[in-house]
Amino acid sequence: MRKNGAKMIKIKAKDVDVFYGKKQALFNISLDIEENQVTALIGPSGCGKSTFLRCLNRMNDVIDICSVKGEILINDFNINDKSCDVVRLREKIGMVFQKPNPFPKTLYENVSYGPTIHGMAQSKQEMDEIVETSLKKAALWEEVKDRLHEPGTGLSGGQQQRLCIARAISVRPEVILMDEPCSALDPIATAQIEELIDELKKEHTIIIVTHSMAQAARVSQNTGFFHLGQLIEHGSTDKIFKNPDNKKTQDYITGRFG
Amino acid sequence: MNKNKEQLLNKRYKAEQRFRLYGLSAIFMALLFLTIFIFKIFSTGYSAFQKTWLIVPVTFDAELMMLDQNPSKEDLQDADYYDIALKSMADLDPNANEDQENELKRMVSYFFEKEIKNELLNDPNLIGKTKEVYLTASDDLDQVFKGNYPRDLPEDQRRVSDYQLKIFDQLVANGKVESKFNISFFTNADSREAELAGIASSFMGSIFSILVCLMIAFPVAVLAAIYLEEFAPKNRFTDFIEVNINNLAAVPSIVFGLLGLGVLLAIFQLPRSTPLVGGITLSLMTLPTIIIAARASLKAVPPSIREAALAMGASRMQTTMHHTVPLSMPGTLSGTIIGLAQALGETAPLILIGMVAFVNTIPGSPMDPAASLPVQIYIWAESAERGFVEKVSACIMVLLGFLIIMNLFAQIIRHKFEKKWS
Repeated sequence: MRKNGAKMIKIKAKDVDVFYGKKQALFNISLDIEENQVTALIGPSGCGKSTFLRCLNRMNDVIDICSVKGEILINDFNINDKSCDVVRLREKIGMVFQKPNPFPKTLYENVSYGPTIHGMAQSKQEMDEIVETSLKKAALWEEVKDRLHEPGTGLSGGQQQRLCIARAISVRPEVILMDEPCSALDPIATAQIEELIDELKKEHTIIIVTHSMAQAARVSQNTGFFHLGQLIEHGSTDKIFKNPDNKKTQDYITGRFG
Repeated sequence: MNKNKEQLLNKRYKAEQRFRLYGLSAIFMALLFLTIFIFKIFSTGYSAFQKTWLIVPVTFDAELMMLDQNPSKEDLQDADYYDIALKSMADLDPNANEDQENELKRMVSYFFEKEIKNELLNDPNLIGKTKEVYLTASDDLDQVFKGNYPRDLPEDQRRVSDYQLKIFDQLVANGKVESKFNISFFTNADSREAELAGIASSFMGSIFSILVCLMIAFPVAVLAAIYLEEFAPKNRFTDFIEVNINNLAAVPSIVFGLLGLGVLLAIFQLPRSTPLVGGITLSLMTLPTIIIAARASLKAVPPSIREAALAMGASRMQTTMHHTVPLSMPGTLSGTIIGLAQALGETAPLILIGMVAFVNTIPGSPMDPAASLPVQIYIWAESAERGFVEKVSACIMVLLGFLIIMNLFAQIIRHKFEKKWS
């Protein structure tokens, strides 16, 4: 919610360190993410941007040797706190992955899975509605409404990715994390997804990791630049791309390395 | 320089050709051995599916059977059939002396009295009449008729006398010897007499053992695999368990037999020679096979599916039960079937827990004594009678058929239910 033009901060990361075993992957990251905006995380491969993204819904828990230090406040609640329930957290924070990964089940089952396990629909009718609105929001409804009960893996790559987005938004998450969602797609499918992202930010806060600087410039309002596990610079996309403070950012943006 | 290059290229092509040739000859050798093996079994075994019958006229003489007039069903049950049975065989040669009559009797199975009795029980009106009855030929004559018996041996080295052969040849000439499909091979239990021995007991024994083995090994193995693959932390202890599961798969089966003997029979006092004990012993053997197959197919489920479910807010348990396990099931099941097929062919551990005993009843439950197909093969292969030679091969054919069906089933499951990833 905006109050007097000032933007609300949705996520506040404070001094986040991440270790894979003994190797430190992220150093002292502090970053504020504004509500109902698209924040892009850019940087060369292996710079830690995906690692940071995965801290936000604690997907790093899955990796045994990974440990996260520091505070990440979402709605002023520290998700690294022991009292934080990971299942509740991930209900609020959806995620879309690099490679489309629909379940090898029907389209309907793909979208209804989240609402089912979180008990969000009381009747078949309600569930139908959730599935329909989610697919509509993901701009997929028109293409698939006649084959909801066919396997989701039969769709094209771009459709699969939109299906994954529909699946993510089916539980009405407050935040959607996107980990290079277009890197496996062709330009047309990419354009569709980018349009969709712009639409989704009305209701969700979006954080997108991307390799493509052009994409970051197109879809995001804020940008953070990562390099070797450090957050070099962050600020409004306009400023980062046109007038960065840091020389490294400048070099990366202009294609001198990376 | 150019010439050198050409030589080098030629050399490479030649090397490839040679390698192909080696590969082809290896496959050819393997096929050759397989063909010889199968040909040998089929050529020896196919005749066991035929059984030779002598057609002998039997006179149902009420007086000889000690029957009153208008006998009741019970009377027929209790009547004395031995005399008419003996008489009908003796009548084959009216001039036979006492020794020869004895020889005539031995041309049919000792079961002939019962066959005659069944004939009368089926049709009580036969009393006082004469009917041609099918009697099971003795195993030696059965072999003679099938051409498996060396008739040119001197008489004192044969179990069939010249006199018996003479009468038998007369019967053949008169069309009184017939060969029919051998139903009793499938419906009879084992017997000391080759012509009566069947696989019903060992077949049922095998089925019960496999079922017991499946019911124990499958749930334990699948749970162990799921825990190790999806939940257990990766540390020294789980590494140790993993190594030992692989070791367990390499333990010779006879060791499991000793374990069954020492623990199940000696300590728990379970009934000896039963498919229950056999199945438990086999399940120990099958366990590592299924665990390894189940873990491999769990590993084959792409991590992206787990991530997708976890990111939707599914708990670890939900992720495993809703997605990973169902997706791994085809692989797990086909691994299970292959493990069971291995268990089905296992002999050594069953011999140790007493399933090698002579069992002439058909088991009705896993608690009844039984043999199993491979053990039956072993028992018959040890027997001296010529009639058992073809039975061994026939039993191998049944066992192989069973195994092929199981493996086919595993293949079908794998192909039909395996999901394709995007």
